[in-house]
Amino acid sequence: MSILSVHDIKKSYGAIQAVGGVSFEVEPGEILGVIGPNGSGKTTLFNSILGQIKPDTGRVEFEGKDISGGSPLELSRLGIGRTFQNLQVFGKLSLRDNLILAAQEHTGTFWGRMFAPPDNGLADRAQEMLDLFRLNHVADLPAGSLSYGQQKLVDIAMAFMPKPRLVLLDEPCAGVNPSLVDGLRELLVELNRKQGGSFVVIEHNMDFIMKLCHRVVCMVEGKVLAVGKPEEIQGNRAVLEAYLGN
Amino acid sequence: MTDFMQLLLSGVATGAIYAMAALGFTLLWQAAGTINFAQGEFVMLPAFAMLIGMSMGLPLWASFIVAVALSILVLGAAFKKWIVDPMRGSGVVSVVVATLGLSIGLKSFVKASYSAEPHPFPSIFGDEVFKLAGVTISYSDVGALVFAGLMVVGLQAFLNKTITGRAMQAVAQNTFAAEALGINVKRMIFYTFAINAILVTVTALLITPTYLAKFDMGDNIGLKAFFAAIIGGFNNSRGALLGGILVGVLENLAGAYLTPAYKDGVALALFLTVILIKPDGLLGTPQERKV
Amino acid sequence: MKNVKLLSTQHMVFLGLALGALLLAPSMLKTYGLYLLSLWLVYVIAAMGLNLTVGYAGLKSLCHAGFMGVGAYTVAIMMKAGISFWIASPVAIVICFVLGLAIGFPALRVQLHYLGFATLGFNLLLVLFFRNEEWLTGGTFGIQNIKRPGFFGMTLESNTSFYFLVLAVTIVFGVLLALLLRSPWGRAFAALRDNPIRAESTGVNITAYTLMSFAIGAAYAGIAGALFAPLVNFIEPAPFGISNSLLFLMMVVIGGSGRFYGPVLGAAIALLLPEYLRFLKDWYLAVFGFTAVAMMIWLPGGLLSMKEAWQLSQAKRAAKQKQIAEAAASAGVKGAAA
Repeated sequence: MSILSVHDIKKSYGAIQAVGGVSFEVEPGEILGVIGPNGSGKTTLFNSILGQIKPDTGRVEFEGKDISGGSPLELSRLGIGRTFQNLQVFGKLSLRDNLILAAQEHTGTFWGRMFAPPDNGLADRAQEMLDLFRLNHVADLPAGSLSYGQQKLVDIAMAFMPKPRLVLLDEPCAGVNPSLVDGLRELLVELNRKQGGSFVVIEHNMDFIMKLCHRVVCMVEGKVLAVGKPEEIQGNRAVLEAYLGN
Repeated sequence: MTDFMQLLLSGVATGAIYAMAALGFTLLWQAAGTINFAQGEFVMLPAFAMLIGMSMGLPLWASFIVAVALSILVLGAAFKKWIVDPMRGSGVVSVVVATLGLSIGLKSFVKASYSAEPHPFPSIFGDEVFKLAGVTISYSDVGALVFAGLMVVGLQAFLNKTITGRAMQAVAQNTFAAEALGINVKRMIFYTFAINAILVTVTALLITPTYLAKFDMGDNIGLKAFFAAIIGGFNNSRGALLGGILVGVLENLAGAYLTPAYKDGVALALFLTVILIKPDGLLGTPQERKV
Repeated sequence: MKNVKLLSTQHMVFLGLALGALLLAPSMLKTYGLYLLSLWLVYVIAAMGLNLTVGYAGLKSLCHAGFMGVGAYTVAIMMKAGISFWIASPVAIVICFVLGLAIGFPALRVQLHYLGFATLGFNLLLVLFFRNEEWLTGGTFGIQNIKRPGFFGMTLESNTSFYFLVLAVTIVFGVLLALLLRSPWGRAFAALRDNPIRAESTGVNITAYTLMSFAIGAAYAGIAGALFAPLVNFIEPAPFGISNSLLFLMMVVIGGSGRFYGPVLGAAIALLLPEYLRFLKDWYLAVFGFTAVAMMIWLPGGLLSMKEAWQLSQAKRAAKQKQIAEAAASAGVKGAAA
């Protein structure tokens, strides 16, 4: 059974069709890339999966369970993590607290957490992530005081803290110093290998996507133009035209 | 029935006055993103300015004109320049706290420097009443209704029909786009503050005869204006008029037929009902939740 | 097992000194001074609760004095009916907690700034209730001769003994709050304040935490009210009105909202300082209000943020100088290359 299956999502804004019937599946452990020129409907699709907007038609299933229109809270509890395109860390909390927060609501009960130790038993897990992301030296600074690239890493680390079975990454490379992009990719590969789970990555950086992903979905004008292994997509004439024509 | 008509009329008159304060409140929010918790005190200050004017021998109309000028200067220009402008970018919360502080400061300032007692205030329309089809009607109610009605309608016409008014609306809707279109955003925002200053002064002129001039008179007026604005729809200037009149009429009727003791709770009840059913107000349009 | 240090040495010394001073205070103060100090502690309890709602969870609550009134009236009415203070005060706390939950519900429905008005209106309603329901609350005359409680056969009638009761309650609930803020709940509250939407996507149940921050804050006001009634011996609607709710908010904000000791300092400034500045009379509140405005413009983090604000400005200055130096250096390099 696939981890995530998207069935025939359609969404229009007035006369403009942002997404016009998109379907695809994500297999366990798979890293799936979603590419497409600006305005191809990637973000609308992403938001439909995450319940942020309600698609006109279509269904989203997570591990066979219909999650269409689920709240961010429900999705998080189910084991779906996400990262944000723009910076969304908790600026006044320390980096360590950001990480612990990202997972603390996934263990124990609401009332139990009132009496739980401050770290809710997550100190070691947070340390593991700090080591992996090489953010140890800034672990106790307020997250808001870190550089843009570092905050971006924090955002990604937060998504992985509770060991989600599916992570949606919204342009992880946007705003990250090009020299750090390779490192980021290696990190994601390592996370995929170490803790499993499937990733869906929206990204403009072709090189990044092609090296990272197992499969790539190319969207144009709200529809899926091509699906396949990175090398297939790279060699696909229609894909090249869609990008060159843009 | 005559009782009912009487209550309805005076309710509409009071409501129209609330609507003016509410309208100013809404305009400030739209144009400058300022939630002015001191709006009630902004009504109280001109009332005292007029009292001082009259104690110096000026007739009411002359002290009103002086008060309008002072309001534009102090509650418009100075408020914008020294409080709102420096706080740009520091978030709604800080502005709320600052205007709350301003509210406490102004109240206590008047209490300390002038008096803690309520002072009678003459009505420009006199105290006489007349009878129409058995209904007793006071000139001050009719005058307030007409005056407030003219103000609100006139302002609507100004905002919708004149170039300046349209420019102000453009600024309220999208500051960046307005700037790109070559609109002098700063000046338009100042106009909004000036209009608010005029509105509160007129409110003071019309409502102080009933409320009496007292340092804390703004508590009640401010609250009614907030509620009226939100009931009608925070992002719609016509909403303020609807909200004001609804509050004025309903509290008058509830005060007479249900319980006079909880008259002041009517606005709250109405407010809670409206925001629970239609959070954007009766005439408001939904606002997107932003990440 | 890691050895987690609860408090820094500096902090311990500060707390020890403060506690020593508070324990010695009755022997040094006259009746009125001791009364004021007790009143200050009562306000500190209430303001600590508001700090949780406003400072840690980031919600606007403007009916804190009203909650305190509910606490005070509950205790006064029950004690007049012959019920012990030790039963009446927990009841008062529970009533305030439940009222807080009830008020929190609209908070979830409406945009954040409406909450200020909703709570303000609720406070108005409470005052109307206190004033109009004479059969229960005594109306504008209030309730008089509220007795101070006994404690295991000991009477707390004297000012000194009642002061120690208030002090003990303040310390107990202060510690409880500190523990709550250290627990995962504290982190969730902070997340709620910083970025509620992001918080929700990490699994924080913002509905539950919003309600709890409101209800616990209200319960603290209830505790303060329960102590206020026997301390002053007489209650009437006035101290529980809107203006005191605003004053509570000012206490929290001026002291430093979201800082544990913010309300302690804020309550002192709002309550104790005016006693020493009595010659200012009503001017004091005017100065207080305008100071709040000035602080929101220049020091929005409150008095306790002064050190950090200064460090930040220093850091900014240093960064700017560094930038200038670098720019000058690179210009020099270019010049040399040319």
